[in-house]
Amino acid sequence: MFTNELIDYNSLKKNLKKDPTSFPVIRLAILSDSATQMVVTALKGYGYEEKLNLEIFEADFDQVDRQVYDSSSELYRFDPQFIIIFFCINNLSRRFGNLSFNDKSAFAADYLSEIEKIYSAITSKLTGKLIFLNFPESLDAVFGHFGNKTDLSLTYQLRKINLGLMDLSQRLTNFFILDLNALQARFGSQFITDYRISVNTDLFFSIDCLPVIAKNTLDIIQANIGRVNKCLILDLDNTLWGGIIAEDGIENLQIGELGIGKAFSDFQRWAKQLKQRGIILAVCSKNDEVIAAEAFEKHPEMVLRMEDFTVFVANWNNKVDNILYIQSVLQIGFDSMVFIDDSPFERNMVRNYIKGIAVPEMPEDPAEYLNYLTSLNLFETSAFTTEDENRTKTYQEEFKRTGIRNQFANEVDFLKNLHMVSRVEAFKPFNIPRVSQLTQRSNQFNLRTVRYSEAEIQKIAGDPGFITRAFSLGDDYGDYGLIGIIILQVKPGQVLFVDTWIMSCRVLKRGMESFMLDQIIGIAKETGATCIQGEYIPTNKNGIVKTHFSDLGFKQEGNYWILNPSGITSGESYIHAE
Amino acid sequence: MPEMERTEVLKTIKLIMEDVFDVSPLVINELTSAADIEEWDSLNHVQLVVTIEKHFKIKFTAKEIRTWVNVGEMCSSILNRQ
Repeated sequence: MFTNELIDYNSLKKNLKKDPTSFPVIRLAILSDSATQMVVTALKGYGYEEKLNLEIFEADFDQVDRQVYDSSSELYRFDPQFIIIFFCINNLSRRFGNLSFNDKSAFAADYLSEIEKIYSAITSKLTGKLIFLNFPESLDAVFGHFGNKTDLSLTYQLRKINLGLMDLSQRLTNFFILDLNALQARFGSQFITDYRISVNTDLFFSIDCLPVIAKNTLDIIQANIGRVNKCLILDLDNTLWGGIIAEDGIENLQIGELGIGKAFSDFQRWAKQLKQRGIILAVCSKNDEVIAAEAFEKHPEMVLRMEDFTVFVANWNNKVDNILYIQSVLQIGFDSMVFIDDSPFERNMVRNYIKGIAVPEMPEDPAEYLNYLTSLNLFETSAFTTEDENRTKTYQEEFKRTGIRNQFANEVDFLKNLHMVSRVEAFKPFNIPRVSQLTQRSNQFNLRTVRYSEAEIQKIAGDPGFITRAFSLGDDYGDYGLIGIIILQVKPGQVLFVDTWIMSCRVLKRGMESFMLDQIIGIAKETGATCIQGEYIPTNKNGIVKTHFSDLGFKQEGNYWILNPSGITSGESYIHAE
Repeated sequence: MPEMERTEVLKTIKLIMEDVFDVSPLVINELTSAADIEEWDSLNHVQLVVTIEKHFKIKFTAKEIRTWVNVGEMCSSILNRQ
């Protein structure tokens, strides 16, 4: 849940006395060469705030190697979903300091190969994700600024390690970086570490820093379990530009060079980059629609343009109703929306009436908007795919379809006229990231809500005990991309168990469900299966598929839904296999 | 900062301890040490020190943090800085 102020350590600690057992369990291991008891406390306490029940295995102090290289260690028996590895800069500096000059220039390369060995050892036995804390800057001043000009300095070797870690995380699946270096840049090294305490106790983080570390760790974990913000809803007057367009006129808006326009231009540039990486932008403003739109169409210095917005709502209704409307158009949860408005009145109203939406308390001075918003890390993600890149376009195509729909007297004619084509393939290296992302993020059309990492999907793809299909859909108006997946498990007794059936809600009511079922029936017949077995595991978000199996003709038997594939011929479908 | 009486400092320490140790009410005197309070472990000690520093707007040295043996010595360290 979004909060404006970080909760202090003492309050987090008190959360440990509360009962988290009604929350989803996350199993987490932490390995470090510093003392991490307080980190564990902060993580658990913060987990409670985020409605997660963190079960944490904390390795004994400085036992990283033993845990990693002993295949019977507690780490492997614990089988965590996430493994946090934190090597402390103090120890790294000491190690570097002890090297002779001859060995110093190879330090980073040696260190990085050690990290990769740790990664290989862990991932050969566990499917969990590694979260590695990179290193804060060293301030050793042995060479001063000249340290940039020689590879013998800690400055150089440390930055090389941090860069190398980024390369590793791009190359290796399930390797994530917690950017402690960026946190140091924001908060300062005095904030991160209290030297009087670290020298006495081996506690690296200051008490005040612990909630920051907990929040940022949980940001990464939550992104990996599908809790991400997908949409940024923006007010206009005094939020995206300075001034009130209806009163001041388009030519007097503070944007670009006028007044403190740069602050607003920078803010717009940030929003535009979010859009480019898959965040949906929406406008929700009390304004005349024509006048508001004109600013984006005609003002030469406007960074955002009409085509950047997926939904544009400018009217005189209250903002709660308008956000409900935006939600109905986008079909995403309120808990994945961020609302930004300079008016405390509007913020409070939205906060009070829409549960789950993140409403940052904005600074009074627009010059501080961006710095404040970036400090909140509102848009953590666990992957970036072409679907993300094209999201705004995809929505816009969808609106065209909706417009066309009204021209047809009935649903069937409309569907026929779309000329839908679906590509059906087994999981392959190029679609695995998107497949994994769908299992992580889909909450509504998801029968069992089993989350799979890329590594796990890879394993399933190569396992003859499973049959996998990824579905893409396109039509005359555009390409939806990869929108559905099924994972079938071959079970004894000619049973085909539907382990995973996920579909993007964007293709609801297109007949895609029946098309996917036809494919399953086809597979059943090919493999000689006599029984297709489905299961619905209810969550508080997947109510829309409660009657999925019965709608498709499955019969309930205990906890399962059964369909005999023989004799079933596929019904009329408006989707053609490519 | 105005000069504070030793008993007032003691009273403030007691309140901070109650908050940090999450135990209330707590009975302490100048001779109370970590051995007397179950919750006063090394981690809570660190948190206690930092909370006291923030409250009185002072900084202790690394040596002080390590060598206090009881509440009375903490009081003295605080009063030395007033």
